[in-house]
Amino acid sequence: MGHLFSCLKKYRAEAILSPLFKLLEAGMELLVPLVVAKVIDVGIANGDRDFILHAFLLLAAFAALGLLFALAAQYFAAKAAVGTGAELRRRLFGKMQCFSYAQIDDMGTASMLTRMTSDVNQVQTGVNMMLRLLLRSPIVVFGATALAFVIDVKAACVFVALIPVLAFVIYAVMAACVPKYRAVQEDLDGVYLAARENLTGARVIRAFRLEGKETASFSKRNDRLRGAQERVGRIASLTAPLTFLLVNIAVIVLIYVGALRVGHGALEQGDVVALYGYLALILVELVKLTNLIVTLAKTVSCAKRIGAVLDSDGEEEKKEDLPAAEADENAPAFAFENVTFTYAGDGAPALQDITFAAQRGETVGILGGTGSGKSTLVRLLPRFYEASEGRVLVGGRDVRAIPAGELRKMFGYVPQKAVLFRGTLAENLRWGSEDATDEELLEAARTAQAADILEKKGGLGAEIEQEGRNLSGGQRQRLTIARALVGKPPILILDDASSALDYATDARLRKALRELRCTTVLVSQRVASVMHADRILVLDEGRIADMGTHDELMVRSQLYREIYASQTEVHA
Amino acid sequence: MKRKEIVRGLVRYLKPHLCLFILACLCALVVVAGQLLAPFFAGKAIDCILSSAEGGILWEELKLHLIAVGTSALLATVFQWILALLSNRIAYGVLSALRKDAFRKVEKLPLKYIDNRPYGDVASVIVSDAEAVCDGLLLGFTQLFTGILTIVGVLGVMLAVRWEIALVVFCITPVSFFVARFIAKRTYKTYRAQAEARADETAFADEMIGNLKVVKAFCREEKNAEIFDEKNEVLRKTSLHAVFFSSTTNPSTRFINALVYAAVVLAGGFLVISTAGMGAPFTVGSLTTFLQYANQYTKPFNEISEVVAEFQNALACAGRILALIAEEEEPSDEGNEALGRAQGAVKADNVAFSYTPEKELIKHFDLDVEPGMRVAIVGPTGCGKTTLIGLLMRFYDVDEGAIYVDGHDIRKLTRASLRENIGMVLQETWLKEATVRENLTMGRPDCTEEEMIEAAKAAKAHSFIMRLERGYDTVLGQEGVLSEGQKQLLCIARVMLCRPPMLILDEATSNIDTRTEKLVQDAFAALMKGRTSFIVAHRLSTVQNADLILVMKDGKVIERGTHRELLSRGGFYETLYRSQFSRP
Repeated sequence: MGHLFSCLKKYRAEAILSPLFKLLEAGMELLVPLVVAKVIDVGIANGDRDFILHAFLLLAAFAALGLLFALAAQYFAAKAAVGTGAELRRRLFGKMQCFSYAQIDDMGTASMLTRMTSDVNQVQTGVNMMLRLLLRSPIVVFGATALAFVIDVKAACVFVALIPVLAFVIYAVMAACVPKYRAVQEDLDGVYLAARENLTGARVIRAFRLEGKETASFSKRNDRLRGAQERVGRIASLTAPLTFLLVNIAVIVLIYVGALRVGHGALEQGDVVALYGYLALILVELVKLTNLIVTLAKTVSCAKRIGAVLDSDGEEEKKEDLPAAEADENAPAFAFENVTFTYAGDGAPALQDITFAAQRGETVGILGGTGSGKSTLVRLLPRFYEASEGRVLVGGRDVRAIPAGELRKMFGYVPQKAVLFRGTLAENLRWGSEDATDEELLEAARTAQAADILEKKGGLGAEIEQEGRNLSGGQRQRLTIARALVGKPPILILDDASSALDYATDARLRKALRELRCTTVLVSQRVASVMHADRILVLDEGRIADMGTHDELMVRSQLYREIYASQTEVHA
Repeated sequence: MKRKEIVRGLVRYLKPHLCLFILACLCALVVVAGQLLAPFFAGKAIDCILSSAEGGILWEELKLHLIAVGTSALLATVFQWILALLSNRIAYGVLSALRKDAFRKVEKLPLKYIDNRPYGDVASVIVSDAEAVCDGLLLGFTQLFTGILTIVGVLGVMLAVRWEIALVVFCITPVSFFVARFIAKRTYKTYRAQAEARADETAFADEMIGNLKVVKAFCREEKNAEIFDEKNEVLRKTSLHAVFFSSTTNPSTRFINALVYAAVVLAGGFLVISTAGMGAPFTVGSLTTFLQYANQYTKPFNEISEVVAEFQNALACAGRILALIAEEEEPSDEGNEALGRAQGAVKADNVAFSYTPEKELIKHFDLDVEPGMRVAIVGPTGCGKTTLIGLLMRFYDVDEGAIYVDGHDIRKLTRASLRENIGMVLQETWLKEATVRENLTMGRPDCTEEEMIEAAKAAKAHSFIMRLERGYDTVLGQEGVLSEGQKQLLCIARVMLCRPPMLILDEATSNIDTRTEKLVQDAFAALMKGRTSFIVAHRLSTVQNADLILVMKDGKVIERGTHRELLSRGGFYETLYRSQFSRP
């Protein structure tokens, strides 16, 4: 809830103005029974038609003023609520972007998105209603009670007895509902997940003929959700009828007490009518309030779920920076010095005692099996992760001594997963460098052997669909390479980035990259991809098993020969 | 979808609940009657007080009237709760049915439909939109119906007691409706704009959060936050319009009703004065009842206008979900025969296919595969290899020509029986968010533990599975704890367990290191023995043993033959092959 209020703070003026105008509007309404009492006691009693006419005009004026106040209140409430919703979404998105992979896995994209959509919507509605009604209802209830005291103290005692009972009923219902709404939300998450999974996995589900089974399991989840919703509904819908009953009991008592008081000559006819009018006013207000309570109960549980995301710590682990250092022109492009790295929570290190240096312009191949630490190794360079021991140097400087923005600009990174994003081709390529010219984009595309894709798709303005689904795997991969090349980075990292390319294209790509003369790191499982590198690192279970050129390794390394043989056996 | 169609569609979903619906209507009648009678008797009771001048308070009569107030209130209370329960049941029943139908549709939609839409969009139709329909209905039905009954009831009672005042009320109230309608029309548009802005933002968030690794690699967090802020601002603005416009209904109708109230005071006051001392006087008690009614009268108008606003949203959402449910399905399997256990003869006859009519992809494709043959398909990226596999699996239907399995046109076979005969491993690994065990036994849920472990061992997945925290019972997340390579091994084990007569390996080992791949290949080789298999690969070393290699380019087969034949022919295949080991 804390987050909700801190978001609302930005709209402090609106959040104050809205209830204030509501207050004025409620004031207009509270005056009405007083006027009616006067009409009965003065106008009717004296047969004074002019008095009644004036009272009518007064009531009409109250109505008009009430409308103006109400519209102002609605506007400010809407502005504050919508603004709060937008701010919550902004914070959620920002927070999610700093989540670690483990956190994302834990929470699931589906659940995160429901929080950003339906939860925030609910909160927005809740804030809106709260500003409009939460203050208004108590004001009307207490105002009516206060005015009842003005009319007659004894009769007003009925009001005083009624209010705590009503408050208790409303509180009890709310207390019972809040945990149940949370259960509903969790079931809803499950339903969303199932729906999403069946969209992303449509091919596999159909290939395994699981449609029936998936439908059945969805039905089950859906029924559970329905059950949970009905259970909440049963309790939540008690409030309105109970309120009605209690107020009517109060009416009975009031009229009875009123009759006694009139009998004693302590009250007048019109006063009883006015008191009755106030009770009616309370009833109308409470019915609105109970609707609000239901909304608020949902809002609270949604706000808590949002809070859970916002309160969790993002990835921003403690990264120690060293004082900035000067670049050294003659130092190697990058170097590892006795680097050991262990993933948080893992026992065994993923990399152990890595030492080597890459000269400027050199092409370094990193070869190794699944889980040998190849990708981890290159991820230490742009400091996606921090070495647990040892030093990683780029251009002679410890990566910790290079400002983050500058460091990451030095690398063009092609990730394993070739994914593009919705938008134009140009927008996608500019991920590499915001201010690249069209010519630079085209040049990068040509180097990445992606020029033909541009031609086919209709140039830089071509629309790419979500995650690049209107492209084949190979097309995506070449474009992700082009994307990395756009910034003309001094060091290029291809993390197993040509797996979806056929050999002819792959070979052309390698040739084009070589002509760029930038330091290139090729991570691969394929000997053919790295065999032409100036130097090949063979990784095995996190250690450098051997290092050298293809010819050297063929002579020296048993492991390398094995890998080579496994890929060319039939031919050899 | 037109609004009429939407309403008609919703009515169809309401039909199964007709009994409950009628019951709910009856309950609403009792509720409204109780709610109207309580103030009526209260007015009568007040009249008993007011006549003190003519002989004190009529206690007996007063008590009777008060008992009547209590009884009416109690009846209204009980039935109001029952009404709420009934409408809950109906609304959640409809919601659940809508979701189930939408989900069932997802399982039957052509893949083209799914491929062309953001997953988040479709999922949010099933979840959020359905929810909004339910809220609209739940709120809508109870309030609309009781609201209308109250209005009719109040007018009826007023007419019966005093037609003059009823006339006053009757003349002013229609204004309320016009105001509500005017606002509703405006809100519908703003709601639509809001829904679109929201969908746009959700799709963006879905994409970026789903691919956070890439986002981080490019340090795009800030830029993304900027783009998100832009979209968020658009959403904020459209939401402000939608929320504000819809919330003007309430004060506007309240204003009209305040005018009604004032008019009743005026007309009622005059009437009390002019009828004083007459045979049937309009008493102060009656005036109280009337004022009370005028007040209660406010409520249904407010509620109806609220409902109308909510209904706009519900309708827009219902339009989307009904459109999804009405979406064209894949051609039905009805009347098709089951394939049974296939021999594995596959024939393609002059097949043509394209995703979009403008751009043909596969044309004049012929193929004749005997049972047990090993067919490799190679060719540059985007040449139609994967599409061909999709056609064979009947993910898509051919535009021209036909594909036959064991002499049957596959369009005349049930999809289930066809796919049962084909085991498929794709480059893109997809695993369910479930345990490793559930994922492995997906194709054969009835297999024994030994069979499962054997398959996992053959796919070289057993050892890493055992290293997982909870072995075969580890739950895999969406992104998961597994590497792409490990996921692929699981997908392979999944197929190994099924042992279907035909196999499709579409870049099945692209994410696995070659040493492991070599071992898996051996297992594949054993599995492929006697089975028709299709292997799509760019790693030519994996296809050299094939009985037939198809070299495809731009959707056409340009060369076919065995590895040796193709090499000796010195065509495209040879160039492709040589380039693998050439130095640049």
